[in-house]
Amino acid sequence: MDKFVTHTGTAIPLRRSNVDTDQIIPAVYLKRVTKSGFEDGLFSAWRSDPEFVLNKPAYSGATILVAGPDFGTGSSREHAVWALQNYGFKVVLSSRFADIFRGNSQKAGLLTVILPQEAIEEIWQLVESEPQTSVTVDLDAKNVRIGSKIHAFQIDDYTRWRLMEGLDDIGLTMKKIDEVSAFEGKRADFKPKTLPALQ
Amino acid sequence: MSKTLAEKIWADHIVSSAANEPDLLYIDLHLIHEVTSPQAFDGLRLAGRPVRRPDLTIATEDHNVPTLNIDQPIADPVSKLQVDTLRANCKEFGVRLHSLGDSQQGIVHVVGPQLGITQPGMTIVCGDSHTSTHGAFGALAFGIGTSEVEHVLATQTLPLIRPKTMAINVEGTLKTGVTSKDIILAIIAKIGTGGGQGYVLEYRGSAIRALSMEGRMTVCNMSIEAGARAGLIAPDETTFAYVKDKPHAPQGADWDAALSYWKTLNSDADAVFDKEITINADDLEPFVTWGTNPGQGLPLNSNVPNPADITDAEERGAAERALTYMGLTAGTPLKSVAVDTIFLGSCTNGRIEDLRAAADILKGKKIADSVRLLVVPGSAKVRLQAEAEGLDKVFLDAGGEWRNAGCSMCLGMNPDQLKPQERAASTSNRNFEGRQGKGGRTHLVSPLVAAATAIRGTLSSPSDL
Repeated sequence: MDKFVTHTGTAIPLRRSNVDTDQIIPAVYLKRVTKSGFEDGLFSAWRSDPEFVLNKPAYSGATILVAGPDFGTGSSREHAVWALQNYGFKVVLSSRFADIFRGNSQKAGLLTVILPQEAIEEIWQLVESEPQTSVTVDLDAKNVRIGSKIHAFQIDDYTRWRLMEGLDDIGLTMKKIDEVSAFEGKRADFKPKTLPALQ
Repeated sequence: MSKTLAEKIWADHIVSSAANEPDLLYIDLHLIHEVTSPQAFDGLRLAGRPVRRPDLTIATEDHNVPTLNIDQPIADPVSKLQVDTLRANCKEFGVRLHSLGDSQQGIVHVVGPQLGITQPGMTIVCGDSHTSTHGAFGALAFGIGTSEVEHVLATQTLPLIRPKTMAINVEGTLKTGVTSKDIILAIIAKIGTGGGQGYVLEYRGSAIRALSMEGRMTVCNMSIEAGARAGLIAPDETTFAYVKDKPHAPQGADWDAALSYWKTLNSDADAVFDKEITINADDLEPFVTWGTNPGQGLPLNSNVPNPADITDAEERGAAERALTYMGLTAGTPLKSVAVDTIFLGSCTNGRIEDLRAAADILKGKKIADSVRLLVVPGSAKVRLQAEAEGLDKVFLDAGGEWRNAGCSMCLGMNPDQLKPQERAASTSNRNFEGRQGKGGRTHLVSPLVAAATAIRGTLSSPSDL
């Protein structure tokens, strides 16, 4: 996973609430067995509309998605995170993220930042009037800077450290594998096993 | 210190815990399917890691599989590659797999309980958000992404931040024709699709106690539609009786030890939940969704809502978009809405009791000429059981289609999809835009409403027949 410390880019306003992961990437696009190439399916139903914000030339090259509340609800498909990353997004801003989507984004290195809805509204208005406005998302300082405004955000220290160091969770857990073995030694015998297969 | 049920299960699975770090939690059972696992197995191969506990892992083919002609190779080459990849991965890493055609194949959340590997007090994960289904047994069960699938395959653990707890008390007695599906749709309409974010839900109260295990699974299944990763119900005699004769149930002295542990699995009387809400079961009616998220639901006797009546600007905008997408006009009685397709199936409502309830209404009747009825059992075993009871004949005689097991039209990854603007009454769990096929329009309903709707051709409850 790449380290994330700070990112500066332009932003796209996505004025919709409850954008579920079926909208981010419909199920028919989930059949690939790799982690790449999912940008084709990103918001595919909406992208057929020329007026959809991702189709507007003014926003081409944007790397920060500014979304309405409850972004990423529904299915646990991490493909939604890969699709956003494959398309070029580094950060998503919203006032509320669905739990599984947020967890997936933090594992895959897509930064999800929670800001109050008033801040989201303010950023929407700014980037709608000036699409090329530069936005900086600073994980080290825990703020989003746009024009003269600084919006502070909260993130737990552990996730922040892991993202800033680009650390992979499995590697971190492997350092505790003796504790896992010790736990296994104490598990109750009645707990079910899938093998041998009983039917 | 007194604890809620979720807190007890959490505490019993902590491998390590440190300040300012997530807890490392042990996972008792990992369920696998073809869509969210290939990249995880790839990750293991790249790092040269084995599956740590193949004996706590089980796979099935469900999301992609066709429900017709299953004795022939899968026609869609991309779906076939994904299923073949699962088969190769399970063989290479020693994971038990129930393939298409196998009598234990089916939707992963139907297969676990029917094998008896879903038991009280367990931690259960799967790369599928409807893993919350298994919470019906008093297990802490939740969906995970592919990175976490790889983490569990490699370590049998997950680093997790402890969620908050919410009690949902459902008190009273359901009227005839009102089901567990209506309970959960009413809960989601009340708390909203984000209401459960950050919480584990515990469903309690007399109306929950009165439900069968299958009814409880329907409730827990849709916890994620309220934004909660997990929802659970304390195990009781209904739970123990359901597990007892299943293939993987503990035997002999193990059963006694398990039972005495399971009986401790309830929230202490003085345990404090972070949030608590109450629903009156006496007042509930058959529910139906009118919009494009599962929180946009109303009793079937209502009219399509008018967005202008909604004060919250964001919700009003969402309702306007939803009505446009759904092709509905404010003020229209929901019962006058004509549908094209009825889908009876999914991990929400594809179990034997669901099929029995629908067949009971369809017996000796014909579906409306204007509709198609697709009946897709949740597992091959449910299909066999239904055939032994003659339910397949009821559906076929009524004019319906009797299919093989899989996720099917719930998410339309296989050929079972809605066409643009086609309208469905569906017993599944999500009415998102395009979920059941690009441009398709979904109304979520119970199996009883699905059956009555199939007969009348418009959204209906059994009392309308």
